[in-house]
Amino acid sequence: MTAALLDIERLQVRFGQTVAVADASLRVAKGEAVGIVGESGSGKSATVLAAMRLHPPGASVTASRLSLDGHDVRTLPDRRMASLRGGFAAMIFQDPLTALNPLMAVGRQIAEVVAAHRGLRGGQARAAAILLMERVGIGDAAVRAHHFPHQFSGGMRQRVMIAAALAGDPALLIADEPTTALDVTVQADIVRLIRRLRAERDMGLVWVTHDLALMAGIVDRVVVMYAGRVMETAPVDALYAAPRHPYTVALLASLRRDGVQAEASGAPVPPGGCAFAPRCPARMARCDTAPPMLRAGGTEAACWTLAA
Amino acid sequence: MRPWLGAIGGVLLAMTALLAVAAPLAAPYRPTQINLRARLQPPDWGAPGRPRHLLGTDNVGRDVLSRIIWGARISVSVGAAAAGLGAVIGTTLGLCAGFFGGRTDAVVSWLIEVQLAFPFTLFAIFLLAALGGGFVPVVCVLALATWVNFARVVRSQAMSLRAQDFILAAQAVGVGPVRLLRRHLLPAVLPSVIVVASFSAAQAVLTEAALSFLGVGVDPTIPSWGAMLNLGRDYLSDAWWMATFPGLAIALTVLGANLLGGWLGARLEPRGS
Amino acid sequence: MRGRTILLRCVQALAVLLGVSVASFAVAHATGDPVTLLLSPSASDAARTAMRAHLGLDRPVTIQYALFLQHALGGDFGQSFIYRQGVAGLVLARLPATLILAGSAFAIALCVGMPLGVLAARGGMAAAMLELFSLAGLAVPAFWLGLMLVLLVAVELRALPVDGYGGLSHLVLPALTLSLQGTARLSRLVASGMRGALRADYIRTARARGLSEARVVWVHALRNVLVPVVTMAALELGDLISSAVVVEMVFAWPGIGRLAVAALQQRDFPLLQGTVFIAGLGFVIVNLLADLLCARIDPRIGLAR
Repeated sequence: MTAALLDIERLQVRFGQTVAVADASLRVAKGEAVGIVGESGSGKSATVLAAMRLHPPGASVTASRLSLDGHDVRTLPDRRMASLRGGFAAMIFQDPLTALNPLMAVGRQIAEVVAAHRGLRGGQARAAAILLMERVGIGDAAVRAHHFPHQFSGGMRQRVMIAAALAGDPALLIADEPTTALDVTVQADIVRLIRRLRAERDMGLVWVTHDLALMAGIVDRVVVMYAGRVMETAPVDALYAAPRHPYTVALLASLRRDGVQAEASGAPVPPGGCAFAPRCPARMARCDTAPPMLRAGGTEAACWTLAA
Repeated sequence: MRPWLGAIGGVLLAMTALLAVAAPLAAPYRPTQINLRARLQPPDWGAPGRPRHLLGTDNVGRDVLSRIIWGARISVSVGAAAAGLGAVIGTTLGLCAGFFGGRTDAVVSWLIEVQLAFPFTLFAIFLLAALGGGFVPVVCVLALATWVNFARVVRSQAMSLRAQDFILAAQAVGVGPVRLLRRHLLPAVLPSVIVVASFSAAQAVLTEAALSFLGVGVDPTIPSWGAMLNLGRDYLSDAWWMATFPGLAIALTVLGANLLGGWLGARLEPRGS
Repeated sequence: MRGRTILLRCVQALAVLLGVSVASFAVAHATGDPVTLLLSPSASDAARTAMRAHLGLDRPVTIQYALFLQHALGGDFGQSFIYRQGVAGLVLARLPATLILAGSAFAIALCVGMPLGVLAARGGMAAAMLELFSLAGLAVPAFWLGLMLVLLVAVELRALPVDGYGGLSHLVLPALTLSLQGTARLSRLVASGMRGALRADYIRTARARGLSEARVVWVHALRNVLVPVVTMAALELGDLISSAVVVEMVFAWPGIGRLAVAALQQRDFPLLQGTVFIAGLGFVIVNLLADLLCARIDPRIGLAR
């Protein structure tokens, strides 16, 4: 069996006293698409950044496993890590305006990734960059390559980001809220584009978002995170059809706008208890100790309700 | 900036100021006392009891240490006065430019640019040649250099303050522009003014020394650090101490003001760094 | 759009130059009657009146200023009292020496200050060392540093010539002396700029794309620090020329600084006025060029305003 694209087990990320990720596990098989869903502060971005070793300096990262393509991300020499980044696993970010260098023409920004990972130089790299821009649907690419990020619309900028991400021909694409900063119609375009590219290249995908509704049709499996922990992980259809964790239920309910978002209820949980307990409608006495991941069909959820 | 660095700066400045004030008591000799038999004596740290020149003597036998202590008077007074005058002019113009904007701002910005366009030392030489030396002209000329520092900082702060709620609220209840500037804007920019004043004093001390070195200082008959350096230059190969110690005094004073300014900046302006 | 911005900057530069000319003229005018300096005290009143008429001093101030400006535009800054020559020629003859000195110091400041700042931006020992270096560098008067270098290198070690003008060996000490403050200021600016730039989103993107750390730092981050650096470097050049005046005195360097001091000692006001005006002109031009360069580095400049 080949190594998983991405394999995270019992990841913890801390900034001083603040715990960004308390306990997260995640495995992405070759060609698989996984969504990570959670509200802001749930640790979903911190999880993927740690996997790319892009966490801010000063953050402490521990895990029982943290590997990309079978290589341990924690101990890999910088040079090897650099060739994995962009080459094996590429990443796109939420705000393409700040994530692109404002003082460099977009063609150059794509071409330098081509140069770094495919060994092409000068004119060849530039030609490859223009080709990539055409592939992601930027018209008049040869001219647009000379333009700067501020001269593009939000959606076009995100296409530039995607072109640069594809430049190293990655086996895994990590998208950190790639459509959040965009208009709804443009969002749909970008989703369609990524779906198409994934189909063409048999590329693995990790899609990080706060928007559970986006997941359908993009990913095979969804990981729901809350307060730095994985609450539930399930095939996307099963998750929509039969959510097992009360938090997932609440998320879906708020999506359908037919339920009220779960209110904070009852007494605070003692440390070590389930983090969702204060907002949980199904809270019980056992919730004062954190539940393990419990299996029910294809779904795993960290909730005592599955043990009953 | 670490607090102890600021403390060192404060101590350095306080010592210089104290020496300047207490020069008659602190100096072992009169600064103008000529002793031709003790010309170009090297620094002498020998047994106590005998008359000693801790930092040596100059070409006519004057005690270098005493002259440095008396010279502190020039540096401290000129530095403080130039920074103060510059602060008054620069803050006033900067506040008006930032608050009123439009034509006022255009004029003040133009004045700032014109001022910056002159290589300052050349311009100062030119001005002092025209005005003649002396305390007041030197301070005025140095204030020409320092007011720009204040005006630029205060102008940009006043601009951003102008749009803030407490200013708008004051305007809404009919507070007049003069009162608004004095009671609301001035206190808000004061911390920055103090920080800039510290750096400007350092700049003024350095420039005053340069001007004295070139012979257009306050008064060639009063000992000043720059003039001592000028004299020391002629005796560099025979009496290294004549040029070394006054320069050290300048460097320590300027260092003190810069350290204090940096520390104040970190303390008073938490946003900037 | 860009063309209009550039035009606007040129108009602003002209306005500044006008201010420079007014100030130079006003100072020279305030020096009193140059006729008393030009003629012996025993000269007759008729001779004085004739001299005044010859110099145009009998006309209203505004006319005198207009004439001054007209002559200045034609490159005529009057006659030097002491040299009995045209001021423009005198200044231009000395200008290369000052430019060589200031230019070398400027090059040193750039070549040393930028890498220092980049290194210091990473924090740790390098940052602490730079802090110490720049604190010292900003406090030490240039002319004193020059004297100390002369004392150490020339008098004690007899390694380099101490004064005069000639080959590279004559340039080393003055250029080093002059560069210290600029190096200190520039490295501080680069260090603080780099600290900000390295936190930016696009730096994380560059790393996520697997670019080498060297490329991330020296291409992506440094490029974004260049605009404030170029702006400050242009202002720095003005400071350099200013300090060059004193450094020229220390090393007997035959530039416009020594010319100005000689003029000062002889109360040669036309020469002083010409020197100041030409130096101001050079400064305005350099700053204009720096603004244009910034617009080239950062394509967003000129669109926002």
